[in-house]
Amino acid sequence: MQPNTAAAVAPAYASDAIERSPGYWATVWQRFRRDPVAVGALVVISALILMAILAPWITPQDPYKGMALRRLRPPGTEGYLLGTDELGRDMLSRLMMGARLSLFMGVTPVLLAFLVGTSIGVAAGYVGGLLNTVLMRTIDVFFAFPSVLLAIALSGALGAGVTNGLISLTVVFIPPIARVAESVTTGVRARDFVEAARASGAGALSIIRHHVLGNVLGPILVYAMSLVAVSMILASGLSFLGLGVRPPEPEWGLMLNTLRTAIYTQPLLCALPGVMIFITSISFNLLTDGLRSAMDIKA
Amino acid sequence: MMIATQSRLATSAPDHATPLLEVAGLIKHFPIKSGLFGRPSAVVRAVDDISFTVVEGETLGIVGESGCGKSTTARLLMHLIAADAGTIRLSGKTAGTSELPMKTYRSRVQMVFQDSYASLNPRMTIEDSIAYGPGVHGMAGDEAARRARRLLDRVGLDPKRFAGRYPHELSGGQRQRVNIARALALQPKLLILDEAVSALDKSIEAQVLNLLLDLKDEFGLTYIFISHDLEVVRFMANRVMVMYLGRVAEIGPANALYKASRHPYSTALLGSMLSMDPDHRTERAPLTGDPPNPINPPSGCRFHPRCTFAEPVCSTTVPVLAAAGNDHWAACHMAMLASGHSNAKDTAV
Repeated sequence: MQPNTAAAVAPAYASDAIERSPGYWATVWQRFRRDPVAVGALVVISALILMAILAPWITPQDPYKGMALRRLRPPGTEGYLLGTDELGRDMLSRLMMGARLSLFMGVTPVLLAFLVGTSIGVAAGYVGGLLNTVLMRTIDVFFAFPSVLLAIALSGALGAGVTNGLISLTVVFIPPIARVAESVTTGVRARDFVEAARASGAGALSIIRHHVLGNVLGPILVYAMSLVAVSMILASGLSFLGLGVRPPEPEWGLMLNTLRTAIYTQPLLCALPGVMIFITSISFNLLTDGLRSAMDIKA
Repeated sequence: MMIATQSRLATSAPDHATPLLEVAGLIKHFPIKSGLFGRPSAVVRAVDDISFTVVEGETLGIVGESGCGKSTTARLLMHLIAADAGTIRLSGKTAGTSELPMKTYRSRVQMVFQDSYASLNPRMTIEDSIAYGPGVHGMAGDEAARRARRLLDRVGLDPKRFAGRYPHELSGGQRQRVNIARALALQPKLLILDEAVSALDKSIEAQVLNLLLDLKDEFGLTYIFISHDLEVVRFMANRVMVMYLGRVAEIGPANALYKASRHPYSTALLGSMLSMDPDHRTERAPLTGDPPNPINPPSGCRFHPRCTFAEPVCSTTVPVLAAAGNDHWAACHMAMLASGHSNAKDTAV
């Protein structure tokens, strides 16, 4: 390039002179904000997360300290807004503390499975051929088992405990995420812009980073978020069976289990942990739906 | 940078002494897999032993019906799919060997795709899409961005307005200009235009064709222009290659071929063009039937089942490209002396 031409045209080509369109995610956020149900779900989830983080400091009573004299008080009892459980511990405090483990058990396995499953799926979808066959057929083996059964079997084999529960739930969620990742990647890979990137001499890693991930992460993320609710319910199920969290740790699934003996005397009290699970999982589902429709744009 | 200096080297007349691209014996068969173990049960002979050269500064048009192997040829030339056999030499150096690594080859040969929307990443701004190629070849980000904006300006899009936009905000014609700028960003010598204007409106198509002609002069480019539109090819090309079922039927100077084609298929294909004069409209279909299945192509000359001049020799012997005039070759027994065809005559000058 000749220096004089560069000087003459430079202002028009300067970075700050360029008019920029809002990016894809900015547009998605604009659309998401206009969806009251989705925003409501986001607010509920944010509040639950905030409550879980702050639980040790804001619980009205000690969630671990029980008293035999005040067992199974109904909601509305003086000093115990939501009543007390079978060991006389404050229900409200335990539900607040329980949010920590329940949310952790809902989000963490999905997050881990998202990382592993996306890597597997994108690799299989982009490379194709033999690698695809080997990876996806291996994934298919896991699909042969119902997810609840697989989680129970893995937890049972690994032994009870939070860590083993996390591992077994992660393993349960890797196959579906990998399969979704593989199918969207295969679709993107066949598009002309990937061909054009190959024609410019770019290597596979560069193409995946710049051209594939930006187009596949959105749909995979939406799918993974829909699994958070499932993961919470499965985790509660494991705790219910005594395979996940162990007492006296408060966790909604476990609380549901220990309170079930009182179902005829205090039905409302027994339902409370279930209500929390319901609110959380429905919020995650509504959030996912809102995100999905916000992302459904031609861009 | 070379963008400005290249324009000084612009060549308007093809120099026949220097072939830029030499393609020899290119073959691509796609296996059709079936059965339990995916063993190929048949092959589609998409490109079956084609050879041609492209001279520096010229435009070679490639025409043919759908499925004749035009686009497969383009993808083979770009190495987007691996050839089963054959060599591609650029300026005398074989592509994919140590003398011309594939990455270098791909910076010298670039391609513009038919679908202007699908060939741009929807999540990238126009500027980033154009600057991606130079970045891959080691250019710093801001320098690549400046080149992208300069090229946008050159293809007739104001960088100020368009550089920060996303593909869906542009019209088809604008997007195809972006694709051309993207292809030029690597400063190629050869540009493969695979139905690059076919999806555009006629008025936009004319603008883009004129832009392509200007760019060719300015940057000293050589074009391979693939199209099913015979009028457009006549407008753009110096030489034309007619393909039929994965083979070269005829190749020669555009004028000679359009005026006096030597292969009955070319004649039929050109006969299908609509005349601008309503008194000279084609009354009967010049060619009947569909192209035969490339999975099981006819023996001998692949065109013989549809050819009005077919004789026994046509179904037994494969015709080779025979000289049919000055730099004009046709794969027809009628163009070959002593081929056994009753119309055979030697017309080589």
